[in-house]
This record gives sequence, C-alpha cells and structure tokens, in this order.
Amino acid sequence: MQAHERITAAIAAATKSGRPALVPFITAGYPKPADFIYTLKAIAAVGDVVELGIPFSDPMADGMTIQRSSFEALRQGVSLKWIFDQLDSASGEIDAPLVMMSYLNPLLAFGYDKLADRALAAGVCGFIVPDLPFEESAELRAALEAKGLGLIQLVTPATPETRLQTLCDASRGFVYAVTITGITGGGAGLPADLAQYLDRVARLSSLPVCAGFGIRAREDVAAVGKHAAGAIVGSALVEVLERGDDPQPYLRSLIGQ
Amino acid sequence: MSALLQADEASALLAAAIRGELPDERGRFGPFGGRYVPETLVPAFERLEEGVREHLHDASFQAEFRKELHEWVGRPTALTFAPRLSEIWGADVWLKREDLAHTGAHKINNAIGQAILAKRLGARRIIAETGAGQHGVASAAACARVGLPCSVYMGAVDMERQAPNVDRMLRLGAEVVAVESGDKTLRAAIDEALRTWVTDPEGIYYLLGSAVGAHPYPYLVRELQSVIGEEARQQMIDLAGGLPDVAFACVGGGSNAIGLFYPMLGDDIELIGVEAGGTGNGLGQNAATLATGTPGVLQGSYTIILQDDDGQVQETHSISAGLDYSGVGPEHALLQATGRVKYISATDDEALEALEELCASEGILTALETSHAFAAAKKYAKEHPGKRILIGNSGRGDKDMPTLTKYPARTRSHAGA
Repeated sequence: MQAHERITAAIAAATKSGRPALVPFITAGYPKPADFIYTLKAIAAVGDVVELGIPFSDPMADGMTIQRSSFEALRQGVSLKWIFDQLDSASGEIDAPLVMMSYLNPLLAFGYDKLADRALAAGVCGFIVPDLPFEESAELRAALEAKGLGLIQLVTPATPETRLQTLCDASRGFVYAVTITGITGGGAGLPADLAQYLDRVARLSSLPVCAGFGIRAREDVAAVGKHAAGAIVGSALVEVLERGDDPQPYLRSLIGQ
Repeated sequence: MSALLQADEASALLAAAIRGELPDERGRFGPFGGRYVPETLVPAFERLEEGVREHLHDASFQAEFRKELHEWVGRPTALTFAPRLSEIWGADVWLKREDLAHTGAHKINNAIGQAILAKRLGARRIIAETGAGQHGVASAAACARVGLPCSVYMGAVDMERQAPNVDRMLRLGAEVVAVESGDKTLRAAIDEALRTWVTDPEGIYYLLGSAVGAHPYPYLVRELQSVIGEEARQQMIDLAGGLPDVAFACVGGGSNAIGLFYPMLGDDIELIGVEAGGTGNGLGQNAATLATGTPGVLQGSYTIILQDDDGQVQETHSISAGLDYSGVGPEHALLQATGRVKYISATDDEALEALEELCASEGILTALETSHAFAAAKKYAKEHPGKRILIGNSGRGDKDMPTLTKYPARTRSHAGA
C-alpha cells in the first residue's frame, strides 16, 4: 500500500463503522514544543487521520487562532526539521496516518526530494499546501508521488465545475472540501447550501471527501457527516489545547463517543 | 543572484523582456512570478486576468485612464533640472517629479487605473493595503473619484509613523483597518487584505499597490506605472538634450522603479534600483531584499525574499515605511538575475542626509523612500563625474514629518543663518 492509500483506507474504515471520519488538526509544537509528541499521540488515538500544521510566518489563509499558534510555535523555535526529528523519535508509536499542512515556502526551503524522504520515514502520508494551486504544483507533486506520498487538493464553494473535476482527479488520499468562502476559524457557522455543495464534490470524486473550516461542535460534524466522509477540526481543537484542556474528551464528543 | 540563470538563458530572457513578451502566459518573468494563492482566490484571479486582458489595452479604457491621468492626476508630471545639486555633485541631475502628481506620489497612477478597471469589472467594493500610506491615500482618492467604497488595511506600526496619511484616508471617505497581526507593517497588511478578499472573492476588488504578488498584479501595476518612464524618457530628449547615462529609483515592492525603468530597458541607460539598507547588514536590520535575499514564495509570487534557512519570512527594518517589505516584485528579480538592473542599498542615515541636502539645495521635500535613491545617486556621481543622471522623485515627504521631527535638522551654514 502506498502512503497516500493509508489515508484513504483510514477514512474508509471509519465509514465502514458507520460514522464520519475525524481529522483533527494541530499546529505542531503548540502550545508547548515539549508536549508535541504527547499531544500528537493523544489526538492520534481518537482521530482517524491527523493533520499537522507546519508553522509559517505568513499564514494568509488562516484566521486568528491558527495565526497565533503559528507565530508562537515559531517563536519557540519550531521548524520543519525539528518536527521531523520529533516524529522520528516516536516512530512506530502513532498508528493514524499523518498529513502535513504547510504553506509552500518552508517546503521549498527544505528541498522537495529531502522532504519526501523524511516525510515517508516519519509516517507522513500526504501534504496539504494552501497556497499552491494545481497549476503550480507539478514539481512538488512529482517529488511526493515518487515516494507514494499524496498531495491533497482543496476545493471550495467558489470552484467552478470543470476545475472541481480536475482537482478531484488530481487529489490523493482525500479531497479537502473547504466549507466556506473565508479563512480558517470562522465563527459564522456552516452555510445553508453546504449539503448540495458537498454532494456535488462527492459525485465528482472517486476519493472520500473531508470537509473543513468552521467545524467546531458535534452538530457540525453530524451535519457534514451526512454528505462527506469526514470532518476536519482545526481552530476549535487548537483553542482546546491553548486552554490546557485534555483534547481527547473534546474529540470524542465530536463523534458522539 | 546571477547564478540563478545561465548566461544564454539570461540574455534570451532580457531580450524577451525588452520586446514586451514578459510575463508569459503563466505569469512568469523567467523563473520568477507565477500565482501562488489559496484555492478560494483562484477563480477571482482568473476573472481579474481575463478582465485585464479585455480592458487594459482597450481603446475606451485607455481613453478614460489617460483623461483621468491628465485632468485629475495632473500628468504629465514635470521633469526638473536640479542646478545646485548638479553643482555640488559634479553631475547633470534631472528629477522626474512624481511628487507633483495628485496625492503626492506615483501611487496614484496605479490606483486610478485599477479603480477604473474595478468599476468596469463590476466590483461592489475595493480593498487595498498600504505601508507608507501613500497607496492608501491614492486608493481612497481614486475610489471616491469612481464612486466605490474603499477599505484600507494598514499595519498598526505604520499607522503610528504615518499618522497624517491615516487622517487623509479617513477624510477621503475610506475605512482604515488597523492590522495587529504579524509584523504589523506592509506584509501583515497584505496578508490581512488577502484574508478579507477570500470572504467575498466576487464582490471585492483588491487594489494592490505595488508590482508584487500573484499574476496578473506585477504586470498590471507595471503597465499602469510605465507612464512615468515613458514621459521621463521623452522629457529627457526634449529638455535635457538626450537620454540619461544612468537612472535611479528606490525599490520597496518596486512599482515606481519598474514604472521608470521598463520603458528604458532597451536603451543604453544604466539602471540602478536602491533598496533600504536600514541600520546594517544583519537579517532584520534592513529591507535590502535583492541585495541579501534568496528565492522563495511570498504572498503569491516566486521572487527574491528575506527569509531564514527554514523558509520563514523575516521582518525588515527601514526608516521609510514604503520600503519596509520582505519581498520584491518578480520582474525586479529577473532584471537583477539578467544583470540589466543593478540593485544597491542606502542606509537610514544616508537617506536622511540626502533628504536634507535636496531640501536645502532645490527646495524639494522628498519622501524618505525616495531619499534612498538620492543617497545612492550622490555616491555614484562622486565616483563617475560629469554624468547625466535621472532620479525618479517618486513622492513628497510631507507624510514623513512625524518621523523627521525625531531627527533634528542639521543646522546649515547659509549666509544670514
């Protein structure tokens, strides 16, 4: 099984057990770098796939919570190299497939070939790169696919139909359906026409679709769960960690456990 | 940075640039440029690109743009001979007076052009970012002129050091949004404007103020600013007796520099861009992106940026808010890589000294940004006596009074003083 197929399989397993897959997001090393692996293990024990945010100085698609976590993690010295070193140290102890969410520049600076090697060794199965549109993605995609890693495409309610098909076809692991036209951490709730949109994406995609942005509570997960295979929970989980609360009860509450 | 391109590749790209063939259909200036934006904005950028293709060189757009430049902006701006500066420097010094354009800087050329475009594209409102406040003021004025609401995103640090411009924007009817995130300067303001654009990509027109960002902005801004170089080139022939030997412009994002240089790329004129040298050569002490940066992706474009080994973009320092930016327009990155334009820097102190000298010798209070170009030109004049020098006097310095009052004027020993 290629690494990106592990992501798809983990989501399919949740579907098979009759519930939406849960994809928790954390900013790596936040709030405390020393707790990174401990927190990651706790989250991976509940989540089906875990999304690891790589801190960046210019998180232009993110709202206040993830901006704050990103800047603070950087201030405390978190880097991509540090994250890989930490993951290596926990090798074999985390079952859930990992997906890295990173803006492009830290990946460029790291070097694509080295990135793919280290990601594979560290149990990372795919990448989400919010400022890398499909048209600019050939080089990174090739480097990742050479190691069986997936580049996960985002689609949005503003994506035209023909482009939606292109993006669904290009994606690996799952298709990331952004629920709103906006940034992460929005508090305005999910849009009324969410169901039709998610159904449309699901029709065009041969991969499972996971919905993200603005998902904070059990009813949000249930709502997207009727029309998508999984739910991505980011800012709300980062806020739980920020408060020093145990993330497991919160994550379990999202899927009614 | 010339190592980025092979020699034959560099000369082919420069020839293409001179023939007007760049950016290419993917928005690339050789290796630089492109479009690195969130998926939500991709359709908005495609609509903008389509709109630029349809309108920018259309006769009716051009007629309206040229009419506004003439009747509202006050173009053509003067070319001014600087006799006393020429004498002191031992050169023949000419100034392209963008400080005389409406609202006090070259920024208005781009702002009114894009505001007219936004209107034609059916935008409901305009957002803009600003560093020094000049683009914010220009956008506020241009939006009032075409009748569209305007919100200007401005870093909290910049709001403090450019307070008079904040008040001007408000009086021109714009909303000014204080940006408290990131470094609280121009880069954070652009990030925040992009975040806002994502919330309503169909209704909002983002009026970007420099030749930076994702395609088609570097192209669009260059086309709208090239009026500077087109006028200056002809004025030099008419008034100065010929083209200059060398032309200087300050470079932050690089819109006034590309506007001045672009029409002269094919001429036998040495072109020198001057960045902010700040207080020193260390990372974070300056904004000398091209001099000390490396290739990377920032705010939509593959260009030269100031970053650490991990690809984290670094904060900058300059006395001038308008040059205080960690990136630079992708076309400048190409012009540096091909060797056509030389990029150097001037320090805060050198800029302040140049500002005072220009004030005292020619009665022109220039902007702190522009002062960097004067500082570099003066050095050049000392090393190359007798040259005909053109300086892009990109803006006036009235907005800098809050900064300048912190630096007491060095007493000059005029007769009678």
